[in-house]
Amino acid sequence: MTVLHDSNAFKANAATALHDASLQEALAIAREHSIPTRARAIERLPEFERLRNSGRDLKNHVIAHLDQYLLQFEQSVVARGGHVHWCPDAGSARARVLEICRSVDARTVTKGKSMIGEEIGINAFLEANGIEPIETDLGEYIIQLRRETPSHIIGPALHVTQAQVEETFRKSHDGLDPARNLDDPAALMAEARAHLREGFLKADVGITGANFLIADEGASVIVTNEGNGDLTQTLPRIHIVLASIEKVVPDMHDAMTLLRLLPRSGTGQELAVYVTFSAGPRRAADLDGPGEYHVILLDNGRSAYLGTEFEEMLRCIRCGACLDHCPVYHSVGGHAYGWVYSGPIGSLLNPALNGIENAKPLPHASTLCGRCESVCPMRIPIPKMLRHWREREFAGAIAPMPERRLIRLWAFFARRPWLYRLAARLAARGLHLLARGQGRLKSAPFAAGWTRHRDLPAPQGRTFQEQWRARS
Amino acid sequence: MTSQPSSKVDTVALFVTCLVDLFRPSIGFAAVKLLEDAGCQVVVPPGQTCCGQPAYNSGDRESAMAIAQGTILALEAHPAIVVPSGSCAGMLKRHYPELLADDMNWGPRARSLADRVFELTQYLAARGLRIDAQVAARATYHDSCSSLREMQVKEAPRDLISQVRELSLAEMAETEACCGFGGTFCVKFPDVSDAMAQRKVDCIRATGADLLLAGDLGCLLNLAGKLKRAGSTIAVRHVAEVLAGMTAQPAIGESGTGDSRMGDSGVGGK
Amino acid sequence: MLAGIRAGMARQADRRRGAPPPAKPIPVIPARATAPGIDVVDLFHRQVLEAKATLEVVASRSDVPAAVARYLTARNAPAQIRLAPDRRIADLPWANAPLLETATGRSHGMDATSVTPAVAAVAETGTLVLQSSAETPTTLHFLPDHHVVVIGRDQIVGTYEQALARIVRDADGGLPRTINFVTGPSRSGDIGKVLLMGAHGPKHLHVILVDEAL
Repeated sequence: MTVLHDSNAFKANAATALHDASLQEALAIAREHSIPTRARAIERLPEFERLRNSGRDLKNHVIAHLDQYLLQFEQSVVARGGHVHWCPDAGSARARVLEICRSVDARTVTKGKSMIGEEIGINAFLEANGIEPIETDLGEYIIQLRRETPSHIIGPALHVTQAQVEETFRKSHDGLDPARNLDDPAALMAEARAHLREGFLKADVGITGANFLIADEGASVIVTNEGNGDLTQTLPRIHIVLASIEKVVPDMHDAMTLLRLLPRSGTGQELAVYVTFSAGPRRAADLDGPGEYHVILLDNGRSAYLGTEFEEMLRCIRCGACLDHCPVYHSVGGHAYGWVYSGPIGSLLNPALNGIENAKPLPHASTLCGRCESVCPMRIPIPKMLRHWREREFAGAIAPMPERRLIRLWAFFARRPWLYRLAARLAARGLHLLARGQGRLKSAPFAAGWTRHRDLPAPQGRTFQEQWRARS
Repeated sequence: MTSQPSSKVDTVALFVTCLVDLFRPSIGFAAVKLLEDAGCQVVVPPGQTCCGQPAYNSGDRESAMAIAQGTILALEAHPAIVVPSGSCAGMLKRHYPELLADDMNWGPRARSLADRVFELTQYLAARGLRIDAQVAARATYHDSCSSLREMQVKEAPRDLISQVRELSLAEMAETEACCGFGGTFCVKFPDVSDAMAQRKVDCIRATGADLLLAGDLGCLLNLAGKLKRAGSTIAVRHVAEVLAGMTAQPAIGESGTGDSRMGDSGVGGK
Repeated sequence: MLAGIRAGMARQADRRRGAPPPAKPIPVIPARATAPGIDVVDLFHRQVLEAKATLEVVASRSDVPAAVARYLTARNAPAQIRLAPDRRIADLPWANAPLLETATGRSHGMDATSVTPAVAAVAETGTLVLQSSAETPTTLHFLPDHHVVVIGRDQIVGTYEQALARIVRDADGGLPRTINFVTGPSRSGDIGKVLLMGAHGPKHLHVILVDEAL
């Protein structure tokens, strides 16, 4: 599948995705797996709804004291011998990472899964500067070999079928015996494990993301299932953490609240296999661990949304539940969204971080069905904020002119009941006549989008108001 | 949360909704009959047009606010407002207060109205209406997203449907999934909408039902259009028509005089 | 950058119109591990198995070496084991299992099996709480194929919070460099959503629960 890096091309991307048989197969497998898995996990924890409230309130508290907690985090990291790098944008974050890598003449960098890494395009940048980045999360590794971007926040290779993984490994792994049987997932995983072990042992720098940053301890937290993040950060000389500013929480107890929400929402697990808290470089007597610990603290446009109608999107903990439950995502997958983030949260984040002019269709690519909000562990009112983006587009005249005119014209009638009743009568009669007694229209030039795939049921002929008036 | 309708309230205002008014007035008359059966006197305030969702969901907040004010003006004198659509009820109940929150005058009026807005089946079930209808069919019920998530309506239509004689209800899989209508979404993104509708139709067909019911005409027009295009014989109706036993009109998207498979002769009613 | 964040704080204050900023909520602790009458040992046992780890209960410390040997034999694993240089592990009577070849220290990726202690074990989700130190290197938790964790009955607590309290109690000068919460063996569902054990970390996680204090 070609990777499309254009959110404005959502419609074309979606059309391609809808006709991609292997993508549709992968999406169906994911859909049938993730929805019941999450539901079972939540059923087992009676406190889950209260925990959601607690998670929401916690993040609201943090967002209202963000400067304070970030400063506290920095102080705590420094006190433990680590470094914090404040990076206002992607460019400064990339430059800092490179500087740190160069300080030890790094040739190979292992990477744990990091959406911030994707957001700032760190892999391409390191490669261009002669440093080999090796993704170690199995899904990220697969898409790195395929030169693709992630199609899901927590399952980056969700769009890749098993057969495609085999094809990819055969193409990329030098020395892989062509006779070797790789037609089951376990064999594929064993192959990746063996291949990546070498990478872990030779890397000079390990880069991970962070699910949370803990202000009072100066610790970063990663939540994984594979253990790749831990090998990434334990074995090399330097551990670099890529984190955005909204990841900070006050203390360890707050992290526990989020930990009880994140895996249940994301993978339907009671807890992920590995939750790792890391504070600073290795201690004097430690037998292993990195000698240096750096945290890249990335803003990249987020702070501009503090104190705005979009602020609540900063509560997101990137669990992916909104993607897993979104009927649009189920139809087109993640790449159609054209950038790093996809699904409902992507339709909020991509316009926010990349500019609305670069993501115009995304806020509209939703029926506002609200299922995302109903499963969001942080209770982010996603439909409400999608509507806010539509409002900004409408107010800023970014919305297409014919559409604006049509809405305004309709609103002109809707605000004048007598005129509206008259127009409705005419429409009811006209459409009824057009249907010629068939009860429906097979095609209608004024509603081509509708009749491309479905008939248009015809009005019964007279409006309710008309008949009601005649009756009383 | 939803306030309970008082059993003493005798006058209810019907907010017909623009789709019912234009496409299928028979739903409005079925709603009137059911409300009268429940002991209410029904008025249809003349100042009503549309709830304003097309503007609101297109980002035209200004028009949406103006329409909301007009609707509040038309309805606020009445002790209860009943809507045969979860989507429009949700607009009045959840979104008007938010739209007008910052307005000193309209904010409190929007909140006061919201407290008295009910989706039709929710209102009927809360009033304890006993359904007296007979429709021989195997039905399945589609929950509209707004009914389910904005109005918290899930059991009410099922409780009422279960009282219809000779009708059995077969639940479809994925009841919480959207049908792909989404107002202007279905014309802006017709292919994506179609993929969603197709999955919904697959779930509907898998039940073996010959009758599809829902409480929202938007979803019904979408699903009827999709089913009829594929040549399906599944009849599509608003739940109010069946609860009222008013199935003489052809089902949605069909011609002729009623669906013979639905036993018009056996229609009950008071 | 901080100025941009502070400008956001100012916008927030304007929007609040004099109302106080949102306060920190009171944490919600699940009752499953705290309700009266809960047997945390039993709950831990069940949750560990659900996380696809294995568990054996032994009566005393002196039974541990034989239990490790049995575990390895049953899985056809090599008899070489890497011990955490922690006295709770290193001082076990390994001579009781003469076929085992023991070494201590960190791992460099050549060890098939490690044996380590834990700070605590959490019943809530069957989670082992491990920490880095001079005696408990982190590499032992991730590099070997088999990770055997030996815990005493008194180390089992109900919740994460209770486990954290143990760490804080034992720590001088704040948290260790690394704390690992481990719930079952390594796994991935990235290939076709099929859940497979042993992605990068240990393929097998085995808990030996000693029915006395370690």
